[in-house]
Amino acid sequence: MTTSPAASDNGPAFACLEIIIRNLNLYYGDFHALIDVNAEFQARTITSLIGPSGCGKSTLLRTLNRMNDLINGVRITGEVIIAGENIYRPGANLTSLRKKVGMVFQRPNPFPLSIYENVVYGPKLHGRPSKQELNEILERCLDAVYMWEEVRHRLHEPALELTEEQQQRLCIARLLAVEPDILLMDEPCSALDPLATLRIEELMRELKKNYTIIIVTHNMQQAARVSDDTGFMLLGELIEFGPTAQIFTRPADKRTEDYITGKYG
Amino acid sequence: MKREVFIERVLLFLALSSIGSLLLITIFIFLEGVPLIAHAGLKKFLLTSHWAPTKGHFGILAMIISSILVTLGAMVLGVPLGLACAISLAEFSPERVKTLLKPTLELLAGIPSVVYGFLGVIWLVPLIRDYLGGPGLSLLAGSVILGIMILPTIISISIDALSAVPDLYRDGSIALGATNWQTVRRVVLPAARSGIITAVILGMGRAIGETMAVIMVAGNALKIPTSVLDPVRTLTSNIALELAYATGRHREALFATGIVLFVIIMILNFTASAITRRR
Repeated sequence: MTTSPAASDNGPAFACLEIIIRNLNLYYGDFHALIDVNAEFQARTITSLIGPSGCGKSTLLRTLNRMNDLINGVRITGEVIIAGENIYRPGANLTSLRKKVGMVFQRPNPFPLSIYENVVYGPKLHGRPSKQELNEILERCLDAVYMWEEVRHRLHEPALELTEEQQQRLCIARLLAVEPDILLMDEPCSALDPLATLRIEELMRELKKNYTIIIVTHNMQQAARVSDDTGFMLLGELIEFGPTAQIFTRPADKRTEDYITGKYG
Repeated sequence: MKREVFIERVLLFLALSSIGSLLLITIFIFLEGVPLIAHAGLKKFLLTSHWAPTKGHFGILAMIISSILVTLGAMVLGVPLGLACAISLAEFSPERVKTLLKPTLELLAGIPSVVYGFLGVIWLVPLIRDYLGGPGLSLLAGSVILGIMILPTIISISIDALSAVPDLYRDGSIALGATNWQTVRRVVLPAARSGIITAVILGMGRAIGETMAVIMVAGNALKIPTSVLDPVRTLTSNIALELAYATGRHREALFATGIVLFVIIMILNFTASAITRRR
């Protein structure tokens, strides 16, 4: 592919943010799980992927940081362009990709370590920061997820003693600590109660100022509340993609309309 | 319904009788051994190394030290090997290799210890004698054989501990840009720590309790070893070697040795289960 000179000459903070997907196909063995997906996810927006269970939305999300590579028998064709480069080019560096494209999982998965060790996990992985630097990262990241005041006095307690919402926040903080540009969120609120969900959504809106966020959700109201763009997926195809307001009020495709009006799914 | 109650009662009876026989064995060992400890004095029994039971000297210190050294030697060999094997099978091998190799390794535990001892005598002892010196029958030979014998215990329990770590943690770490090895070292191993410690302690219990293989390769000399090439006699070896002809105080002294072993193994097992429970 050819990148526009503007994108490649810009500082990394701007160049890395959007994602272009071209003719993406993914197979689990014989099963064709993603069929000819084309999309552009805009910088500094929240894009949500909706669709019934098994439609491939989580699979699509996991192609963006190549987490699907961990599954046996996966075959992928097509291109995913992040920061001007196809992440599926031969010899692509997975470590730097995953630093750039972070992921929050469906179930909060803080490591069974202390709160402190969770947040500094990434920075320690990718360099040898001083204690001072680690403390700065710790405060900045926990502050970004509005947890610093809550946990500053118990940083060395096990992360698993936090509430589920706090655990999910901690996972986001842990992610911010590696300074990604793109945040992938795979149903980040499905384990949370409605109030905690609202607070995480608020956090997402805050984070959107600096990050590109792509969220997979089962919850159409959530997609409508937080996202700028929405993609509707069905049986491995990206049926419709566009501004959230348009998808929810004037869907172009009959199948999209049937899904959002609750005819199936 | 009556049938139900009947079956429950029968099962309860069977369960209690197995616990009961365990209890009886314990009581028996203590009844037989305690009088000797009272007679010789606990301190003298445990902390002197003059063992001449027919002449009234009952010091088992040399054997305690030998048992501990043989066991430590076995750990030095068995723990790194076993852990490396467990990590490689649980974390870095395809599922097919793991399902093939794990039962095979567990099969090692089923080989009679006399066979290990036999191999030790035929292969290991001459090797040590020819290349390192000494009689060959030695602390080192005992440690090596025991180190191999505890591998199945350590590997199998460690694999279970590693496999019990949820993939969620691995995914979280990989998604942060960690390599597989970084993930294992920084997340999986700490998460499996209690299970791995349990594996090591149970391996230790097995090493300290093993008798036949040690008798065959360790030389059975009654003294505190000063080199790994010295022959040693462990607590278990001593009981097995002498019980056949021991009478009176001598016999009691062997049971008292049994009490010491019993206490050591109890402590190890309680530690293991306490660690397992704490997780």
